[in-house]
Amino acid sequence: MMIGPGATEQDIAQLKALYGFDQSLVMQFWLFLQSALSGDLGTSISLKREVTELIGERLPLTIELSMLAIALAVTLGGLAALLGTYARGSWPERMLDSLIGATIAIPDFLWALAGILLFGIVLAILPAFGLMNGELRFTPATGFYLTEALLTGRFDVLGSMMVHLLMPALSLALPLTAIIARVLKASLIEVMGQEFILLARTRGYSRWRVLLREALRNAAIPALTLTGVQFTFLVGGTVLIEKIFGLPGVGAMAIDAVTNRDLPLIQGVVLTFALIFIVVNLLVDLLNAALNPRLRGA
Amino acid sequence: MLTTLNPRIFFGCAVLLALVFTAVFAPWLAPHDPLTQDLLYGSLPPAWSVGGEPAYLFGTDTLGRDILSRLIFGAQPALIVAVAGAGLAAIIGVSLGLMAGFRGGWIDSSISRLVDVWMAFPAVLLSIVLVAILGAGLGSVVLAIAIIDWTRFCRVVRAETMQQAQLDYVVSARTIGFTGFQTLTREVLPNLWPLILTLFTLEMGIAIVVEAILSFVGLSVSSDMPTWGSLIRDGRLYVNQIPWLLGLPVLAIAITVLGLNALGDGLREALDPSVRV
Repeated sequence: MMIGPGATEQDIAQLKALYGFDQSLVMQFWLFLQSALSGDLGTSISLKREVTELIGERLPLTIELSMLAIALAVTLGGLAALLGTYARGSWPERMLDSLIGATIAIPDFLWALAGILLFGIVLAILPAFGLMNGELRFTPATGFYLTEALLTGRFDVLGSMMVHLLMPALSLALPLTAIIARVLKASLIEVMGQEFILLARTRGYSRWRVLLREALRNAAIPALTLTGVQFTFLVGGTVLIEKIFGLPGVGAMAIDAVTNRDLPLIQGVVLTFALIFIVVNLLVDLLNAALNPRLRGA
Repeated sequence: MLTTLNPRIFFGCAVLLALVFTAVFAPWLAPHDPLTQDLLYGSLPPAWSVGGEPAYLFGTDTLGRDILSRLIFGAQPALIVAVAGAGLAAIIGVSLGLMAGFRGGWIDSSISRLVDVWMAFPAVLLSIVLVAILGAGLGSVVLAIAIIDWTRFCRVVRAETMQQAQLDYVVSARTIGFTGFQTLTREVLPNLWPLILTLFTLEMGIAIVVEAILSFVGLSVSSDMPTWGSLIRDGRLYVNQIPWLLGLPVLAIAITVLGLNALGDGLREALDPSVRV
């Protein structure tokens, strides 16, 4: 595939030696491990550039997209849970519940495509492809588009990007939004049945005030833990979402690497995602320990 | 057993039957051959709109292939992947789950550890890498689904087996001289069927989505077999010219997945009295 049909034996041997395929499998793995630990992930076969450099350029966008999505999921999910608890026992609660059920069942991949059709084509209010308007020129030095546009005062870029990223972030966020709404609502309802809530109510506090000030704080821990666990799946979802919306992040590069059989790049991307998952899981555990005193010292 | 038919089971069964019917009778249902190209009739709009041809109900794609026929034939790989993928995942997951839950000890701890590690890695990335290694084709897709999703069965079956193993009937079976294997297959397993059936229904929906994702990134079956995922890929490319090429397969998958989910939830409610509210 990488060499023409007219290649001689010598050409093939040279190519094999270049990528180390003449060594044994154990030796190949050892060499990979050695260079990976020293920060060298090799050179991409299809793009002819250093893998670490390529990932460094594209990872920031994936991180920003994931952050935007998680912020949306927490806000919308929290809002849905509060509204559902407030309207308990009425028809809006039942409607909200069936909406949440359908949202959980449908994966982000289908939400993205449905979003493109509805908002991109039928209503034509949101762009369905790309990172920002074509005439804008902006290349961030750090790779963090949103952050750098905000800090350098390029609000035209920031606005255009937010409009372009709304649909990708929303489709990533929707399944998680539904999960947060369901779990938070369940624990809110449990907390609302406890005595200290009744006490607050007898003091004459309004239902909203009790819900926000007293119940939410006590009910938030299970939902927060779950958000952390699900966050890795959200990051994994960027692979497809970036490809669908044509965003230049690590996820879209992962798919291209696989279709081009670019082994060094595939290795690098998988390693990067694995590292992200380990870091996120560690942070979630730390956050849990900080929020829940019973877990400390364990 | 069911005095009143749960509406969710009814909806789910209807969707499943429609899928099976469409897949089996595709050659008779489809008005055209799904692969025949007719460049004179390329990118036709649906029959009822301006410029549409009555012979092509939902219009044609850029190569002049009938979209409705491709959609109908797409039910075949969807059904195959759903049944075979979920089936294989169930076989691996249930066997390991039974072993872990019944034997306990180091077998249980090593299987459980494996499940934890397996589930920590997002399925989408794993499936893409797996199919890249296994090579394209329907068989690879089925295998990839089984390799990734056996954990869903294993985790639940393990927990349930542990509970069942404490019960009197298991002790009785052992006292009348049943071996461990006999107890598992003849006594414990029949009690787990409702649970496994529920998980299987949900997994069928997941398998259909995974196939669509793999087709979308161009890693599933070859182009001479129309799948819902390959329709989506073409539809995404030409979404501005022929939006219904994207809309129809998305709708087909969404209805199938919602139906299978409803069936799974309904079965869980009908078969397990403890979740009834």
